[in-house]
Amino acid sequence: MNTMMKKRFRLSEFLAEKLITATAFISFAFIVLIFIFVFRETLPIFSVPEAAITQEELGEQETYGDITLTDAEKASEKNEKSKAVNDEGASIKNLAGERWQPVSSKPKYGLSPLIIGSLKISLIAILFAGPIAIFAALFTAAFAPKWAKEILKPAIEILAGFPSVVIGFFALVVLATVVQDLLGLEYRLNAFVGGLALSLAVIPIIYTISEDAISAIPKSLTEASLALGATKWQTALKVILPAATPGIFAAILLGVGRAFGETMIVLMATGNAALLSANLFEPVRTMSATIGAEMAEVVFGETHYNVLFFIGSILFLFTFTLNAIAEIFVRQRLMKKFRGD
Amino acid sequence: MTKKKLLGGLVVGTTGFFAFIIIATVVIVMTNIVAGGWSSLTKDFLLGSPEEGMTKGGIFPAIVGTFLLVLIMSIAGVPIGTITAIYLSEYASQKSILARMIRFAVNTLAGVPAIVFGLFGLGFFIQFVGTSVDGVLYNDGELHWGQPNILWASLTMALLTLPVVIVSVEEAIKTVPRELREASLALGATKWQTIRKVVIPNSITGILTGAILAVSRGAGEVAPILFTGAAYFLPHLPTGLSDQFMELGYHIYIMATQSPDVEATRGIQYATTLVLLILTFTLNFSAIFLRYKLRKRIIT
Amino acid sequence: MYPHSYTTLQPTDVRIKTEQLNIYYGKKQAIKDVSLDMLANRVTALIGPSGCGKSTYLRSLNRMNDLIENSRTEGKVLLDGVNIYDREVDVVELRKKVGMIFQKSNPFPKSIFENVAYGPRINGINDKKKLDEIVERSLKQAALWEEVKDDLAKSGLSISGGQQQRLCIARALAVDPGILLMDEPASALDPIATAKIEELIYELKNTYTIVIVTHNMQQAARVSDYTGFFYMGELIEFDETKKIFTMPAKKQTEDYITGRFG
Repeated sequence: MNTMMKKRFRLSEFLAEKLITATAFISFAFIVLIFIFVFRETLPIFSVPEAAITQEELGEQETYGDITLTDAEKASEKNEKSKAVNDEGASIKNLAGERWQPVSSKPKYGLSPLIIGSLKISLIAILFAGPIAIFAALFTAAFAPKWAKEILKPAIEILAGFPSVVIGFFALVVLATVVQDLLGLEYRLNAFVGGLALSLAVIPIIYTISEDAISAIPKSLTEASLALGATKWQTALKVILPAATPGIFAAILLGVGRAFGETMIVLMATGNAALLSANLFEPVRTMSATIGAEMAEVVFGETHYNVLFFIGSILFLFTFTLNAIAEIFVRQRLMKKFRGD
Repeated sequence: MTKKKLLGGLVVGTTGFFAFIIIATVVIVMTNIVAGGWSSLTKDFLLGSPEEGMTKGGIFPAIVGTFLLVLIMSIAGVPIGTITAIYLSEYASQKSILARMIRFAVNTLAGVPAIVFGLFGLGFFIQFVGTSVDGVLYNDGELHWGQPNILWASLTMALLTLPVVIVSVEEAIKTVPRELREASLALGATKWQTIRKVVIPNSITGILTGAILAVSRGAGEVAPILFTGAAYFLPHLPTGLSDQFMELGYHIYIMATQSPDVEATRGIQYATTLVLLILTFTLNFSAIFLRYKLRKRIIT
Repeated sequence: MYPHSYTTLQPTDVRIKTEQLNIYYGKKQAIKDVSLDMLANRVTALIGPSGCGKSTYLRSLNRMNDLIENSRTEGKVLLDGVNIYDREVDVVELRKKVGMIFQKSNPFPKSIFENVAYGPRINGINDKKKLDEIVERSLKQAALWEEVKDDLAKSGLSISGGQQQRLCIARALAVDPGILLMDEPASALDPIATAKIEELIYELKNTYTIVIVTHNMQQAARVSDYTGFFYMGELIEFDETKKIFTMPAKKQTEDYITGRFG
């Protein structure tokens, strides 16, 4: 008995645990890799071009193998290089500029129209999706008869299941025309249409998380309100809605994150003109759409390429921050729930 | 009293109206796409190749491309996702730092915009891994793996859908009754034996659900493959992992925005959209059905 | 019959012994300073009101409490003289020696055959003939063979509750544990099924050391040789069953068995 119960080493057990742990670590490794590789490609635009010029001017002997370059060749190459360097130098100052003209003899990489574009579109999307989704969630939780719930829930699932390219297609072909006719707009594709279409992708997110937050409210709370003589709708507005506020706030943040990062819908429905304007009915070009439309065309390693990665980094950091804040809110809600009960 | 009633009606009516908007939108979009695509949805369309500068013909290469994309994606992503879920639910103690790091990573992955995955695919898989492979294996100055292809696109998509698999499988593993684990351990089974013989067989539905949801998501996303492997038009089907491919969602995007005469190919666009919708819906509904079966098990 | 390694043990040998056992769940102490000897080839019953710690105590005997994340055990549990909480002891090997039957019958969603064959299989026995032999022997020992011998391929979940519990017993017997821990094995069963389980316990004690937790005092009186009364995590009294039920030494024990509380 003594020897029989002695601790033994089981190789399969050991290997299984180590391999499973290592595999699980892949997710984390890739998050780190995403950080590294998306940011790495943006680095060249932060390097100081002046240094490159001075080195050039020092006139280092350039040899390629045994062949010394002829003067003419050298000159032309120098010309080209300094031109490229000039462009880069200009581009960094340009990042804060007002014009996005990456493909021209004097490229301009002003991000402001793109950032404003993304913000405009997200704002429009949230202004539509927020109220619709939150009130629909409140309706589901507080008033809806069973049959209505049984239609609404699958409808939300279907909406969430629409690939964004399908929503983009619908917006491009149908919604844009309808909106133009209704409002008498000059441009068929514009920020408003894009935002409206985008709201279709955002509604399921806000709805699901809000509904979750609302149904997490303890029954005792609503029952207490009802017992005090409050009606169902008073309870819904004065008890349920305030109690679910942190969750709903988190839902909106996640919705904004989704809207900000969504590519295909805005690529197809906004007209994609990089205009710096406050007008909601003019075409607009978002950050995500810029990457989607231009990345396939650029030369690897060019300034344009690096700037597109820079835009991607901003998107990544922005959505990352939003998700982190949203999670804090949701967690707080959960904490309260546990402490309260 | 009547004012109160009126207000009440207003509140219920307004919230109900918003709920109705959602349902109406879904119905309108579905009807429009079905109506627009139904008549073009023929056998020749499904099994034919694009013809006459993509103004006629079918979408067979795009269907095959989509199928290959989600297949390679699943082969790469589903095992990793499943094993990660097993780690999180069976091995990790809730307080361990590693488990928290992995959870954080999964949550973060789920929130990264699709287009950023595309950038990552380009920067990591193509520019870093692909180019390195070319340097080591060929070293002839030409690009073999250091350019967009179906492998890199699929791996990018696998990364994007990883959280879907993990969440779904973990949910399924949680429904395996504690009593069954205890029964196995009390019989002298080791942890790994218990996982292999009790936990995994009883989570198969969940693993399947996760895989289906991932496939549905992968088939519907376009942004990650815009510059990691999808092609505008290819005269032949992909024959190897280093080939580019046509894809349904990308095809819709291209046909609707980039083709010379957009109006002339409306029928093709609608029909392609309908095919993609039917594909994702079939997948989603089977996932919902499996989940429903899974939930029923918790109750009984 | 399967050769049994412990049949040489005498009923006077102490099989399981706990010394100053303390078990905590987080900050809450579930078992307080329990010292107790359990004899080989005898049935020891643990009784007491719910929440008194009797199940926790039972689960410490095969270290099932280890599975609860914030549980902590102090003191000793000696199995044939070996402290099972010693760092050198292999939990997996321990559990092969100490079988357990749970309150809620928990057959695997597999066939009856595969349920019983589970233990032998994880021990590397895959020979069909040998498995057949073990399954038949175990089912016979659990008095279930006659009822299911033609339905071995049927799901373990398709039989009645009482049969399921006997299937779980057969499953535990198939790994030849020598010790059986039973956590209210009949609490979910009707009187007829309960009687069958009790009969079975009576049969098994010739070759097995059995510890049974029960809230049913008649059951304890019927099946056990020794009885321990637990209250609020403490062992109040331990003695021969006859004595506990006829002339308990402690007032609390008397109050409990006469139904004054619990």
